[in-house]
Amino acid sequence: MSIPLVTLLGRMTLAFLEAIGSVSSFALQAIRCAFTPPWYRQQILRQIMEIGYYSLPVVGLTAVFTGMVLALQSYTGFARFSAESAIPNVVVVSLTRELGPVLASLMVAGRVGAAMAAEIGTMRVTEQIDALTTLSTNPFKYLVVPRLIAGIVTLPILVLIADIIGVLGGFLVGVYKLDFNDQAYLRNTIDFLQFEDVFSGLVKAAVFGFLISLMGCYHGYTSKGGAQGVGTATTNAVVSASALILTFNYFITEAFFAR
Amino acid sequence: MSPKISLRGVTKSFGPKKVLQGIDLDVAKGESMVVIGGSGTGKSVLLKCILGLMRPDAGSIKIDDQETVALADGGRADVMRKFGMLFQGGALFDSLRVWENVAFGPIQSDGMKPDEAREVAIAKLGNVGLGPEIGELFPSELSGGMQKRVALARAIAREPEIIFFDEPTTGLDPIMADVINDLIVKCVSDLGATAVSITHDMASARKIGHRIAMLYEGKLIWQGRTADIDRSGDAHVDQFIHGRAEGPIRMQVRKL
Repeated sequence: MSIPLVTLLGRMTLAFLEAIGSVSSFALQAIRCAFTPPWYRQQILRQIMEIGYYSLPVVGLTAVFTGMVLALQSYTGFARFSAESAIPNVVVVSLTRELGPVLASLMVAGRVGAAMAAEIGTMRVTEQIDALTTLSTNPFKYLVVPRLIAGIVTLPILVLIADIIGVLGGFLVGVYKLDFNDQAYLRNTIDFLQFEDVFSGLVKAAVFGFLISLMGCYHGYTSKGGAQGVGTATTNAVVSASALILTFNYFITEAFFAR
Repeated sequence: MSPKISLRGVTKSFGPKKVLQGIDLDVAKGESMVVIGGSGTGKSVLLKCILGLMRPDAGSIKIDDQETVALADGGRADVMRKFGMLFQGGALFDSLRVWENVAFGPIQSDGMKPDEAREVAIAKLGNVGLGPEIGELFPSELSGGMQKRVALARAIAREPEIIFFDEPTTGLDPIMADVINDLIVKCVSDLGATAVSITHDMASARKIGHRIAMLYEGKLIWQGRTADIDRSGDAHVDQFIHGRAEGPIRMQVRKL
């Protein structure tokens, strides 16, 4: 019994290492292409619209309700210790450092990562990627690099907007439901907020944007086997991007805030 | 005169499966070579190796006497400039309009201005019998035959020296297949291009090919002039061109 188990573990380890190697090689090739011309500006702008502008409603909705819930939950906990005045501080720090970047990125991973994998995967199985090559166009430069650049540029902007909307959600609950003084709430929020809180969130967002695009492009580009293959690529893109977001979130947090 | 395309000892395997087993093939300038063979015999792999979409395990592939197997990005792009390709399913970019598909190569690779490229695209659409109004449609709005015509217009848009045709008549009715065959002959002749086609449609092979080569079990078992194929003297070729179920050829079960 022990030999098959060891064999299984060995195979799983090899498959895992092979996947890491494959993704790393893909990422390195994409980064190399990102620093050499030509750059397809129209494709980059199109992807910025796709990832950024069209994700605004879902990110905004997530942020406003997260801010509102955060204010409510904090109140029920802090009221026991007569620490209600800390609610604006908790809301703004939680949102800028953690919830803004992580939740916005997870929502974008679901929306955009899946769409990228599906689009590029379909192009792969219908030979459109081969067609690009025969038209003297490097598919990495035309398909992958614009999505990576757009991910890195747009996610921080989305997260900044999510932070503002989230704080506004907390403000609305604080002022209209919990009877905070509006001036005091805003004053507490602004006074407590530090540059590092926002900056760390934006760095996270840029890294998460890269990961979302990388996973969407990688799984789409390497998909095979027709419609089923594209379906699998889409699922894998979302799952792997989400897992990487949560993993990298810890390491970036540790790099910024660990004592 | 040296051949336009020259293959020597090209091999390609996928795991234990030996798909190409030492292919030797020469295609002269201006010649139309058709490679025939059953499904799963390695025709597409051979084409992808010549195009540089796939790297052979061993052997030499020369275009205009230039070895292309180990070419890096820059050199590969220069060779690609000589190529045009008509894919089996068309492989049109579904997010772009028809004229943008045809003008893709001129705009993205040759740096032509969009207005100028649009005129080129409309002219090329005219060459394949499509009016300018078709240029404004998206590929999903076209029938299979129309998509093939657009794909042909895209393949000739940059006036390539070598054009590849992957199963150009698959999925078309006999009349549309003949129309496509005629267009292929006309376009190749107008451009003075060299053509390499793969097909299992014998009517198409006879119409568009000056010479025919037959691929079977990873080897070219016969090649010669189109007019000579009916007296090849090879039982495999005879079985294939007459479409007989009985004979030495056993059907491939697994896809390559």
